[in-house]
Amino acid sequence: MLTIENLHAAVDGKSILKGVDLDVKAGEIHAIMGPNGSGKSTLASVIAGNEVYEMTKGNLLLNGEDINELDAEERAHKGVFMSFQYPVEIPGVSVTNFIKTAINSSRKAQGLEDMPASEMLKKIRQKAALLEIDTKFLSRSLNEGFSGGEKKRNEIFQMAMLEPKLSILDETDSGLDIDALKIVANGVNKLRNKNNAVIIITHYQRLLNYIAPDFVHVLHNGKIVKSGTKDLAHELEAKGYDWVKQESS
Amino acid sequence: MELKEKLLDSHLAFEEQSEVNETIQNFRSKALRIFEEKGFPTKKVESWKYTSLAPIVNKDYALFPKTDSGIELKTVKPYFLYDIDTYKVVFIDGVFSPFLSETTHDGLDVCLLSAALSKPKYKPIIEKYYNKAAIKDESLTALNTAFAKEGAYVYIPKSKVSEKPIEIIHFSTGEQKALWLQPRNLIVVEENAQVQIIERHQSICEHDMVTNTVTEIYAHKDSFVDYYKIQNDLDSASLIDNTYIVQEKNSHASVHTFSFGGKLIRNNLNYFHKGENIMSTLKGLTILKGKQHVDHNTLVNHSKPNCNSHQDYKGIYSEESKGVFNGKIFVDKIAQKTNAFQQSNNILIDNKATINSKPQLEIFADDVKCSHGCTIGQLDEDTLFYLRSRGIPRKEAKALLTYAFANNILQSVKINVLKKRINGQIAEKLGVNLGFDL
Repeated sequence: MLTIENLHAAVDGKSILKGVDLDVKAGEIHAIMGPNGSGKSTLASVIAGNEVYEMTKGNLLLNGEDINELDAEERAHKGVFMSFQYPVEIPGVSVTNFIKTAINSSRKAQGLEDMPASEMLKKIRQKAALLEIDTKFLSRSLNEGFSGGEKKRNEIFQMAMLEPKLSILDETDSGLDIDALKIVANGVNKLRNKNNAVIIITHYQRLLNYIAPDFVHVLHNGKIVKSGTKDLAHELEAKGYDWVKQESS
Repeated sequence: MELKEKLLDSHLAFEEQSEVNETIQNFRSKALRIFEEKGFPTKKVESWKYTSLAPIVNKDYALFPKTDSGIELKTVKPYFLYDIDTYKVVFIDGVFSPFLSETTHDGLDVCLLSAALSKPKYKPIIEKYYNKAAIKDESLTALNTAFAKEGAYVYIPKSKVSEKPIEIIHFSTGEQKALWLQPRNLIVVEENAQVQIIERHQSICEHDMVTNTVTEIYAHKDSFVDYYKIQNDLDSASLIDNTYIVQEKNSHASVHTFSFGGKLIRNNLNYFHKGENIMSTLKGLTILKGKQHVDHNTLVNHSKPNCNSHQDYKGIYSEESKGVFNGKIFVDKIAQKTNAFQQSNNILIDNKATINSKPQLEIFADDVKCSHGCTIGQLDEDTLFYLRSRGIPRKEAKALLTYAFANNILQSVKINVLKKRINGQIAEKLGVNLGFDL
């Protein structure tokens, strides 16, 4: 699904990612953990195509195809999705109109007609139910006045609607209480199948109690310094990051 | 010959062909003297600092166009709200078009100012209201007063609710050459009456067009007046709009100004309070490109206690377009408990676009709530990235954010068909079809 080769990235001339290698296959869930400032969110942004970050070296391959030069929207059209740590507020555009625009933009890029309104409505209802979202919520302005939990739930709702091949969840657990965390995790679990893949970026292993990763990687100082199974996440939770830092230095 | 001289020289001939009573004649000659003395405002005048009239004044214009040149309905139909029933007062090159109009005297008056100025039955109203709200020593208003003879006359009697909106439309064909028009509207809304009015000036020729218009609106006790100005003209057309609104106790008067096109637009919008518990609403949405220039110059004169004013202007400027917002709020020392709000938010899309925004608050009362704010920015890259990461291409993402930015100005438009139409115009200006209305 996604192959990252020797990825280097910088922001404002400051080097942040210093040679990341990762191979994510269809059907897999990977967790990327690491201390603050290790480059986790940068990695998510670079994969999603945020131009603020400059890719200085390396390759991003999506299903074997080089996506280095693609714009964020083109990557989205090919099935890349990122759930934001801080989703932006857009007063004046409802959740429904936003998601309609997003879906039809991707369909247009694929040479398809707009999704018929009835089909769209059915899908919206179905996915809203999956995430236990009240349909009244969908006519509110996107993220405006939403609580932290509502924002994250709305991110996963968008993921459910867009049905991406590769989803990157950037600190999705932050700002969630335990009930919201369970709903979000349940949603992600129901959306996973053998044809898609998920990368979970997180500081804590809390979310991983509910979404079981196939692999856990530790990012430190711009590099993946350790990889393992979900047991690694438990070990990190118990021992903190210092031992990995020491091991890698 | 300079335009000013030409105007002054032509006044005698104008008076000969336009017979009115002594009162009006008096107004005209006084106003002409004021214009003669003051001339066109220059950039030396503080309130004209960012807008120069030189490009439109240094040209030759026909001042008195010939009568109705004839116009086909299909040419002008798009400019009407044809999907609902409305009263219409339509002018072509300043001359009333009975063919395109739908006037009434049934329970309310929607007709011609020329009739009101000349017929005895309207005399009491004219004596009471005509040229009473306008600021007389303002030179462009004076110029209009000196030459005004035609426009719309609207009278809504006590407790009457106008069932249909009223459209006041001025078309210019400029069949002969560049035209200078001076329409004048008088709108009197009596106690507890309600009316919705839409005004637009539309050029359908490529000649230079200048319209210097004056509208006086009287909103009596408990009345509701909603006024919509649609300014989406050709790049050869300029508009100087002078609007004066006098409000009595408990009245609501709103003006929405949609400025989407034209060479130079200057809006002088003035509110005067004559009673308590008044609500004045001023909203503006400006979307410009090319070298278009729009100047919003507002005044809310809070001279009575317990009144509210709400000003919300938004501007989106592309290419080399220019915007000006100059909002003055005056609060008299007796106007305690005034609640005055003013906001001007602007987005500059391109590097060469400019906006000059200037709030001006003069407050002499001590127990008031006055707030003002101004923002000038660009579309936020982080927000754009969020939209693009959802598959919405940059151009559409920008348009969506611009829509969102403009949304609250559109929300308060009470005529649904008009709202839909403006939605369409915004989409056209932004060059996208989002597939939904706000």
